[in-house]
Amino acid sequence: MSNAVSALQGASFEGFVTVREIGPLGMISLRAKADVTGLEAAFAALGLTLPAHRQMTGTTDKGAGWMSPDEYLILVPYAEVASALASLGQSLEGQHHLAVDVSDARAIFRIEGAKAGQVVQKLGPIDVARLGPNELRRSRAAQVAAAIWVEGEGYTLVCFRSVAAYVMGILKASAANGAELG
Amino acid sequence: MLILECPCCGVMADETELSPGGEAHLKRFGPGSTDQEFEAYMFARKNPKGVHFERWRHAYGCGKWFLAARCTATLEVFGTYPAQVGAPPQDLQDKIKAKRPEWKGFQ
Repeated sequence: MSNAVSALQGASFEGFVTVREIGPLGMISLRAKADVTGLEAAFAALGLTLPAHRQMTGTTDKGAGWMSPDEYLILVPYAEVASALASLGQSLEGQHHLAVDVSDARAIFRIEGAKAGQVVQKLGPIDVARLGPNELRRSRAAQVAAAIWVEGEGYTLVCFRSVAAYVMGILKASAANGAELG
Repeated sequence: MLILECPCCGVMADETELSPGGEAHLKRFGPGSTDQEFEAYMFARKNPKGVHFERWRHAYGCGKWFLAARCTATLEVFGTYPAQVGAPPQDLQDKIKAKRPEWKGFQ
């Protein structure tokens, strides 16, 4: 079987900030309402914490994010997706939910540097200054859907794999030397 | 620029993150209705100058539908509320009435 590779095979760009495509990263889309019985325990069984409204818990390598009133994004190492899905299925058995492996349907980027906020700010309507430390904001990056959160000295951006090259292109333009704001 | 607060996720969503869904609170006339009722349901829409209730979808955010009350003349937003209601919440109606005394009320 062929090896799993990320959409852009780890492409990176050095401008006034660094843009890197990271991954492959295990991602599970879990559809379940917040009041589903055993939801918190299901997250705990994976070593995660159930994120509150519009929040993110854990890290990009292993974490969970609130995507909508009935959707969560679970991030685990790529090799652990199958076992995480099995664990979720067991924990939520009999409860109304849907868990799907979307690792290969998404692309994930890191935008790092002191002025990383400017790169994000230029791509869409996100009010970067008001973005909380553990807030996951779903919005758009230029013309495509994206989810963004702050982590360490930088931002993590998740988008669909089919638009990974487009997103890398706009991130490069936004992070190009000389394109700083102010 | 139109900015609406999504009542499902609480984000102050910019117009470009939203998809418009037309007039809110339409009553559906399906099988068994008369031709006139069905035609009105399909095509007849209010087009007021002033207070208007609309459907919006937070397409680039949480993906949920919600409703908004807005003035078509000044673009003032009176408020947003969840879509699972048959009529605008009373407190919102009171607020609109206070701001627009000439408004004939929701019908």
